[in-house]
Order: sequence, then structure tokens, then C-alpha cells
Amino acid sequence: MDADRKQPEEPKVLAFCCMYCAYAAADMAGSMRLTYPPNVEIILVPCTGRVEIHHILEALENGADGVCVAGCEEGSCHFSVGNLKAKKRVAYVKTLLEELGIDPDRVEMFHISASQGPLFAKVASEMTENIRRLGILKWNKQRG
Amino acid sequence: MKAGSKLEKILTSGQFAVTGELGPPRGADVEVIKKKAEHLRGMVDSINVTDNQTSVVRMCSMAVCKLLLEMGLEPNLQMTCRDRNRIAIQSDLLGAYALGIKNVLCLSGDHNKFGDHPQAKNVFDIDSIQLIQTVKQMRDDGKLLSGQECEGVPKFFIGAAANPFGDPFDFRPIRLAKKVEAGVDFIQTQCIYNMEKFREYMKRVVDMGLAEKCYILAGITPLKSLGMARYMAKFVPGLDVPDYYLKRLAGVEKKKQAEEGIKIAIEQIQEVREIEGVAGIHLMAIEWEHKVPEIIKAAGLYPRPEVN
Amino acid sequence: MVVAERKPIKEILAMMAEYKKILLVGCKGCVTVCCAGGTKEVGILASALRIAKKKEGKEFEVIERTLERQCDPEYIEQVASIVENDGIEAILSMACSVGPQYLAKRFNVPVYPALNTTFIGGALEHGVWAEFCQACGNCVIHHFGGICPVSRCSKSLFNGPCGGSAGGKCEINPEVDCAWHLIYERMKALGKLDDMAKVFPIKDWSTSRDGGPRKVVREDMKL
Repeated sequence: MDADRKQPEEPKVLAFCCMYCAYAAADMAGSMRLTYPPNVEIILVPCTGRVEIHHILEALENGADGVCVAGCEEGSCHFSVGNLKAKKRVAYVKTLLEELGIDPDRVEMFHISASQGPLFAKVASEMTENIRRLGILKWNKQRG
Repeated sequence: MKAGSKLEKILTSGQFAVTGELGPPRGADVEVIKKKAEHLRGMVDSINVTDNQTSVVRMCSMAVCKLLLEMGLEPNLQMTCRDRNRIAIQSDLLGAYALGIKNVLCLSGDHNKFGDHPQAKNVFDIDSIQLIQTVKQMRDDGKLLSGQECEGVPKFFIGAAANPFGDPFDFRPIRLAKKVEAGVDFIQTQCIYNMEKFREYMKRVVDMGLAEKCYILAGITPLKSLGMARYMAKFVPGLDVPDYYLKRLAGVEKKKQAEEGIKIAIEQIQEVREIEGVAGIHLMAIEWEHKVPEIIKAAGLYPRPEVN
Repeated sequence: MVVAERKPIKEILAMMAEYKKILLVGCKGCVTVCCAGGTKEVGILASALRIAKKKEGKEFEVIERTLERQCDPEYIEQVASIVENDGIEAILSMACSVGPQYLAKRFNVPVYPALNTTFIGGALEHGVWAEFCQACGNCVIHHFGGICPVSRCSKSLFNGPCGGSAGGKCEINPEVDCAWHLIYERMKALGKLDDMAKVFPIKDWSTSRDGGPRKVVREDMKL
């Protein structure tokens, strides 16, 4: 995960993207030649409902400085409520981070439809900017 | 006579009874008690002494009852099941009787969550109706719950509370019937504001023949201010304060609200006196004991009857 | 089932302050069902603890295991080799409080509870559990329309409802149903209101915790 990192002081953002929407939006952003920071690494998931609390925590533990979960718009999940479950889990992780004394803004939920390439680029940039402001997690600093 | 208390004598002789209430201090100051009690002297037939009401720690009811006896006043020992198991309850009852206390009011008790020690472990070994049974068994059978014969039988005049305004309304007369079956001699009701509902309750109670089996004292609490009325309406569960009174208090200037509250209380006393089955009133002038003489006199309940 | 919930992370971290390597043990029984101490929760807590320790720059290793149950000694035995050979300094149990007691009995290392055992209850809906039983040792719910007054009435009244019942809710909290209101409605629906007019006698609490710690013995089951 850390081997291809260009700037060690750059934060890393992990994005769990649903194959039906946000992943397609990311694809579209690419084909539209929209730029977004290379800090964002995408993990394709069949539905954000598949993303568990411990997946998010383990990402933070093992190299990510921020995690976003990007799923379908509310009411448009291909598995009806996967994105809503993800939203609640992200909210839970935020409370957990707060308990741990870590800024809960390091984890966010987004809803992006397949046609919203520009929105994906915007969200990716804003999230990266946010995490840059919060800084690299202490234990992630010597990674590469 | 079951106990021969003044309250019992007045009620059994068919006279309209008046009981008062005294809340012990949150400390050991005897003077506070004496001062409050003096306001009630000659105005009420018996004085209820609350038992850590609203679960706030106060001087023990039994001790205050004894102080009242020393002052020549008749106490009514309130006893809750919240803080005592059956061992402590029976022990306290024996002790209370030995001190000369003849009236006891059997209550479940306000939940400790409301009080100043919400962290406390509550007891509720028995409930108020079972407490009535316990006192009755001790008095009439001369036996403790264990079956052990009492060396010296405590002869109490047994009271209990009733809330005509708690829900479900239809069950309230049945619950009163259970208290009668358990052996209650007199009932003091929750503060009455909704007179219409109370009339309906009393009608059912009379129809069930309960008013012949126990003496029912209607609870009256004068409203000191609009603020107090609002608080009672909003925050005291199972208490029904109709908008009518709120409007009436809001209609007079703040300085005159107390006066208006007393006027309302006097009217309420007149109203409950007219209701079949009401044998007396229980006047709970909360932290307003000095107003009791004024209310009792204005309501035409003074002087109180003499009994031997 | 036994319903439990995780202690605040801060409290658990304070327990773990001096350790570098622990065994975190979940349970596949009740606490899995109430989402407090199953495999998933073990993973989440382990990760949270590691993050907290990393934040402090402290070395910390968590070995994660989830046992079939922690209330039977044979399952406890399954972590014996780890505890005895892997340099485990402490055990953190995510079972109801029976689990850590079994672990403590078996192993000579400090054992800590990660959960607060809350009550015997059931699910009201997904993610919501409520209390239904207080294990008084002498079930009487059939007298009350199948509703337990011991656990569901705030004052454990047997002849309720008390004067604080208002609009079907308990005086202690408007979010708590008045058990006696429920009993009344249920008895009415069953056509058994007459039963409610009977005075229910004083309960014998000797079968409850008040009689001392309890034990059930089944001679036919003993080996």
C-alpha cells in the first residue's frame, strides 16, 4: 500500500466505492479528464453495505489517514438499503474515533450517482484537503 | 375502635375530618418542625409526616411523629416500601406503635430516580397493598408475617393513598377496592384539581360500595402561584391540573396569585364536601403550612371537633 | 438472552494501560446476538485499542479469539495454549460477566470485562433491546397476562399500577411503558379483569438473588 507513495508527507485517503455508482463516477471523472488528488486510493465494493466498521478502523490503523465511503444516493441502492447501513456505520465509527481522541472528520460518507463524475472529483479533492489539514496520523508517518 | 386515634374517632363519629401534612427538614433541625407544626395546631385532626418524599433524604418520619406527640399533636406516620424490606417495615411498625403513633399511611413510595440519590438501590420487597395487609395482620391477628405472635400488638388505624387521576382511569376504583380488601381504614387522595373527573371517580367508588368500607379524604393542595400550577400540570406524573385554573391564576397579577390560589383551594374544599362518599379532606399545603389556619377558617372547618 | 453493552473505550483503555500483549476473547452466545461481544465486535475493539495505543506510541498486540461460549469450561480450554505459551499479559473478555469469571478461574493472568452485562431481555427491533426478566426464580407472569411486573414495573409492584402511571407511561421516564397499564389492557382483552381485582400476596424472594447465589442441579445430566 505504501510502496508507490511519492511524497511521504502526503496523506493517504482510502475510498470504498460502490460498483454501481461512486466507482462508475470515478471512472467517468477519469474519462472526462477531471483531475483529483492521487492521494485517494479506491477500493471497489459490490455495495457500501458490505463495508463493515472494522474495515474502516483497520484502514486507519494500517496506513490510511482518512476514509470515505461512497455509495448510491439515498433511495437508489441496488440492494435497497446498503448505503443507509453504511451511513450508520460511518456515524458509529465517528463516535468511536471521538472516544479515541481522533478527529471524526477523518471518516466521511458520500452519496454519488454513476453520472456524477465531476461530483466525485470534487468530493475526492475536498476530502484530501480536509485530511491534509488534519495531518498524517502519527503512526502512519514512518511508512514509506 | 381499632386504634383509638383522634382521626379514627372523628371519622367514626361521622364528623368531617381534616388532616394536614408536614414535610420533615433535610437536616436535624427540630425547630423547623416545631414551627411548621404550630401552624397546624388546632387546625387539623392529624398530621401526616412524609417519608423521604420524592425520594429526597429528610429526617425520619417516625422521629418527627414522636416530636409531634411530645407537642400534643396527633401524627400519621407515612411509610413507604421503597427503602425497607419486610423485616425493617415490621420492626419500624412495632417501634412506631411503642412510641405512641396510632395512624399509619401505607405507600409504595416515589421512585428513587426522582430524588437526591438516584444511585440508590431500591427495595420494593412488598407493595403498598401488601403493606396494608401486613399492618392489618399485625393488628387483627397479632402476628408478624412469619406467623410469630407479637408480644404486644400494634393497633394502627390504617391508611393508604389513592390517585383518582392516574391511568388507566377505569382501573382506579378497582385498585381502591383492592386496598379495601387488604384492610385499609382510610384513604387520602392525590391532590384534586380536576373536579369533574374526581366526581366521576367518586360516583364509581360509591356505586361499588367502597365509601362505606373506608373513609375517603379528598386531597387538597393550594396553588401558590401560576408557576407552581404549571409545574404540577407538566411535571408531576398522574396529576391533572385543568387549564381552567392556569388561566384563572394567569388572570390576576403576580402579587395576588397566592391569594387567588387560596380562594381556589377554599372553593375546592366546598366542592368536595358536597360529593357523596367524601369523609374529610387532606390538606397538603406544601411548604405553606402558615396558610393552613386561613384556609381552614375560611372553609368553615374551624374549630375542629374535640374528642376524648 | 443476556443483553450486554461495551464499556466506554476510555474505561477499557485504562484497564489495558500497563499491557503490551493481550488476548481479547469474544463469545458466540448471547452477546453475539445482541451485537456486543461476537467476532465482529472483537475485531472492532481490537482495532480501536490498537489505534489508541499507536496514538500514544505504545507497543500493543491483541490476539483475537471468539469462543463458542464462555460459560462452559470446555470452551475456555480452547485458549489455554495461547494464554500459557504466547506471553499473554492479560485477558479481556467480551462475554457477559460469566465469561471473565470462567477465564479468571482457569488462568493465572489478570482478566478484565470489556462489557457491562445489562439484563435478561429481548430485541424490540433491530438494534434495540429491552429488559423482560429479573431471574426472580419463581415465574408468575401468567397471573399478569404474560407481562412480568418484577422486571417491567419500575417498583416491581404486584398490585399496580401506582399513582404515577400516566398515558400508559411510567413516572420514571415517559419513554418507559407502564407495565401495569400493559397488564390492564392485556387482561381486559383476555376478559380477565376480575383477576386483577384480587390482591396478589406477598412474594417469596428466597428463590431470587435474595436467597444467596443460586445453583441448578440436574442429577440425570451429571456425568
